[in-house]
Amino acid sequence: METTTATTTQASANSGIDYAIRMQGIVKRFPGVVANDGIDLLVRPGEIHALLGENGAGKSTLMNILFGLYTPDEGEIAVNGKPVDFSGPRDAVLAGLGMVHQHFMLIPRFTVTENIILGNEGSKSVLDRTAAAKRVREISESYGLLIDPDAKVDDLTVGLQQRVEILKALYHGSRILILDEPTALLTPQEIEDLYGILNRLKADGTTIVFITHKLKEVAAVSDKVTVIRRGKTVGERITSDTTGQELADLMVGRGVSLTVERTPATPGRTILSARNLTATPIHGHKPLTIEHLELRAGEILGVCGVEGNGQSELVEVLSGLRPITGGTLTINDTDVSTCDPNGFRAAGLSYIPEDRHHRGLILDFPLWENVLLGNAQEGPFVRSGIVRERTLQARTSQLMQDYDVRAPSPSTPARSLSGGNQQKLIIARELFRNPDVLLAIQPTRGLDVGAIEFVHKELVRVRDEGKAVMLLSYDLDEVMDLSDRIVVMSEYGITGEFNAGEVTRNHLGLLMGGRHSDDQAEA
Amino acid sequence: MTRLKLSSSTLINIGGSIIAVTIALLLGAVVMRLSGADPWAAYKALWNGAFVGKRSIAETLIYSAPLILAGLGFALSMRAGLFNIGIEGQLIVGGFMAALVGAWDLGLPSVLYVPLALFAGAVGGAFWGFIPGYLKAKAGAHEVITTIMLNYLAMRLITYLVLRRDDILPVDPTFVATKKVVPEARLPLLMPPTRLHLGIVIAIAAAIILWYILFKTRFGFNVRAVGLSQGASAYGGINWGRTVVIAMIIAGALAGLAGAGESLGLHGRHWSAAPGYGFTAIAVGLVGRNHPIGVIFSGLLFGALNAGGPAMQSADVSKEIVQLIQGFIILAIAALEVVNRFPAIRSRFSRRSAASKAGA
Amino acid sequence: MDHFFTLDLLTRILRMSTPLIFAALGGLICERSGVINIALEGLMLIGAFFAVAGTYWTGSPWLGLIIGVLCAMAGAMIHAVWSISIRGDQIVVGTAVNLIALGLTAFLVQSIWGTAGGSDRVTSLPKLGGMSILVPVAFVFVPIVAFVLFRTKQGLRLQACGEHPQASVSAGIDITRYRYSAVLTSGLLAGLGGAYLSIGNLNYFTLDMTNGRGFIALAAVILGGWNPWGALAAALLFGAAEGIQIQGQSTPGFPISSDLLVTLPYIVTLIAITLFVKARSGPAGLGKHATTS
Repeated sequence: METTTATTTQASANSGIDYAIRMQGIVKRFPGVVANDGIDLLVRPGEIHALLGENGAGKSTLMNILFGLYTPDEGEIAVNGKPVDFSGPRDAVLAGLGMVHQHFMLIPRFTVTENIILGNEGSKSVLDRTAAAKRVREISESYGLLIDPDAKVDDLTVGLQQRVEILKALYHGSRILILDEPTALLTPQEIEDLYGILNRLKADGTTIVFITHKLKEVAAVSDKVTVIRRGKTVGERITSDTTGQELADLMVGRGVSLTVERTPATPGRTILSARNLTATPIHGHKPLTIEHLELRAGEILGVCGVEGNGQSELVEVLSGLRPITGGTLTINDTDVSTCDPNGFRAAGLSYIPEDRHHRGLILDFPLWENVLLGNAQEGPFVRSGIVRERTLQARTSQLMQDYDVRAPSPSTPARSLSGGNQQKLIIARELFRNPDVLLAIQPTRGLDVGAIEFVHKELVRVRDEGKAVMLLSYDLDEVMDLSDRIVVMSEYGITGEFNAGEVTRNHLGLLMGGRHSDDQAEA
Repeated sequence: MTRLKLSSSTLINIGGSIIAVTIALLLGAVVMRLSGADPWAAYKALWNGAFVGKRSIAETLIYSAPLILAGLGFALSMRAGLFNIGIEGQLIVGGFMAALVGAWDLGLPSVLYVPLALFAGAVGGAFWGFIPGYLKAKAGAHEVITTIMLNYLAMRLITYLVLRRDDILPVDPTFVATKKVVPEARLPLLMPPTRLHLGIVIAIAAAIILWYILFKTRFGFNVRAVGLSQGASAYGGINWGRTVVIAMIIAGALAGLAGAGESLGLHGRHWSAAPGYGFTAIAVGLVGRNHPIGVIFSGLLFGALNAGGPAMQSADVSKEIVQLIQGFIILAIAALEVVNRFPAIRSRFSRRSAASKAGA
Repeated sequence: MDHFFTLDLLTRILRMSTPLIFAALGGLICERSGVINIALEGLMLIGAFFAVAGTYWTGSPWLGLIIGVLCAMAGAMIHAVWSISIRGDQIVVGTAVNLIALGLTAFLVQSIWGTAGGSDRVTSLPKLGGMSILVPVAFVFVPIVAFVLFRTKQGLRLQACGEHPQASVSAGIDITRYRYSAVLTSGLLAGLGGAYLSIGNLNYFTLDMTNGRGFIALAAVILGGWNPWGALAAALLFGAAEGIQIQGQSTPGFPISSDLLVTLPYIVTLIAITLFVKARSGPAGLGKHATTS
């Protein structure tokens, strides 16, 4: 392997090498934004090539162009040395490309076989499902990606669903695999499995492009890395010749401290307390069961876990959105187990939701009406059911100043703000009530580095003011960097609790993947 | 506080509605041409029938009143996120109830009788709006299907009642209608000798009140919030089910008032034949961008189309062309809505580019 | 009451179920492809009208049937262009198509026959044992639709378009083509259902003669869990309500007034849709588009 990559010291367009993928000078403009602004990507056959960049750097746009979903405004693309001009994914598949999307392109109601053969069912109109299942079994055995061809995709774990995605690409004859943020939904152990699969595929001659924003993954699996920032290629390195710090600097464009400055916590009284809590399950899921959970003043409690292990349910229960079926839940010694979200707010809770666009904001409302959201009880903003628009507008202007929300005026629709400014508005709205508990759910998802720093500092500041903070994140590093205490969620319950610094990343990872070991054990 | 600011998006909406109506009128002209009529003469007759002379203007306003009220009902449901095709049923139940109360001859003076009969109409419509709202909130039954079923149910039930239950109700089977509303329950006439009655005043007042409720009160905020985002409104502590049910009750009441105005103002009884205003109300709401003030203007427009429609017969064009034109207007609006959604086109108007699509 | 439970009752149920089966199968195919189609009502009406007009013009009910179906497909084309290519709100577009159908048929009845209420009488399609030849045709369509949907490549792809448009695009499926085909097929089937009403079951057209059957068919799709056999069962249920009503009307001494009985199909539909809707979930990608640029 080393011989194939070590020979490249510089990549030039006119060198005689047949690249598996050659993208040069790619430009893609969206209204108001240039998503790709002259990107070059050169991938040699048989290598694992990481494409590294922040959220919003233009990685997904670039890959959608490569896959024929978007047409580039400028630039050239060649696959295996042949110039291509894809008009759709079909062309890309025919050219030997296969894409494993971050959000799987699988149909939950279909079986594994149906999903794999879709779009490549054979020449006959009438389907022969038995023969198809047999072919799927053969191909899965030949790559060592074991799976039951007749299982419904809905019933598979996320790791197995990803396996189906990879098999689908292989089935369609792909020799060049593109994986978009493939580790986002996996446990650390499942990630290890994935690395194993990728190395096996590489040994078999498959070319792999691995899209990520995580430096660790670049180091763990890739031969070579291309870094992009703000729509431009800023560097190409051989993985073994570079360092994490160099890649980080390239990725964000300035020297960054990756750690958060904070002093040790001084936890005070218990503000939120849950005991033997159970809740009505989301349709088709297991019910949530929380034996014991406490949030104390002046500390950040981190909740880590793999997405889909009851986190959504936990958050909904703690914020009054999901009815409690048993146990007790108190905030500031008030029993809130029968309250609606307004009751939780009255008891002292604030909540930064995971989904800014569908929970946190009403995008078509102006900023001032978004400040009213959750603050519409009788009070300063509402008298006798009538909204006091001027007070609200003035308060919104003030909050925009205090929290550096960049927007023309309080009447601007929330939709036209950048993600970072939207998040700042939500934080401003949730904090001006001076709550005692703050739930921060994935508060930095999809933000750029500047906004992430702001949010992290804000969480620490709130903690230092003596409030209880719960940080729920699927990014284990974020949880470990910020938390004073950490709990692990797995299988709709809490499976471990630690003081920060007394637990290793590995141990948390094991607990996170704790009980779905049945499928991963053999790999 | 109640100043009306015309933002760029409002201007785009008004412009879009005007374009949509223009396109639909042109398409209507094409259909007339194809059927061998002279569209120019037909539209001239329409114009004369709607606007020339005191009588024509009165007729336009008479037609506009139920359309504005029914359009407000549709607009309110849409704001709450429900596509209420049941305005028709809510309207006729309201008209029937008002006529029943008005025909019963309760011996009340006008000042009491008129409000009581109007109230009965509103209650009837509200009940007919409550049913689909409740079924939606409790069982998730899709309002498009339930409201359509309730339209037919209302029509058939009322026909049954006016034909068969003259034993207990003040109805007249020979007319397939209720008995005549007593004079004390009739809406006062505004401009004799024309038929123009108080309905148009009620309609415009209702529009202004609804505007205030929608944009100045917490309830209105709640309605608009649940209509735009169920997730965010739940997060904000707004009870979706309750808001939807109340919105549908008010929407039904508005449609019921529309029907009551017809019974108590125009006809003096409730005929069991359905006027079809419930469907025009959809066009009224959409052209008025589901904004109460916009609905006043689009209601007047459709009122004029309906008032002038019969006059087109002098140009050998049957008045059904009006219904066709309404369909075209909705199609044009649906197409323009999409134009409005695409940031590329929108930004050309508003200069504020939507950066939210970036990085996809 | 002896006269109530007769063979006539069964015939009536079959006769009244037929238009619902046609329209429900059309709606099912359309929704399985991911396009909401509340225009069924209007498409049926167009089919009903042009089947009569076609028969009137050509003298042949068979040519009339073809003309009716083609015109319903033309109406479906409007729905397809607006819903799929222009990406308008599918419910708003469907409403527009319904209004256009109402207005156009009323306008043309007036222009052609000079009457406000309906058409002249024309020759109807042949009958078999007192029922239109289209009745067995409707029932034959059920296994055909089921076979195509569940056993063929095209069916699998059609379902994929409705379940997950983005995944279908990335599997290289031309979802625009599939959705257009599905909407046009729904026009074909709704047109057959409409033509059955006018020149199959009867021999003339009256204004709004579909009477909400397009919407009842849509309810049958939902109630039948978007499955052809389920839709058939639901259509039979709703057809039975209508058949019972007609039978009741023509049974001397039947205890319920015929004017009240006519509400039965609507009440049954309302109750059914309320009670069972929660257990049903439609195609996940209904009304959703794939992103391409």
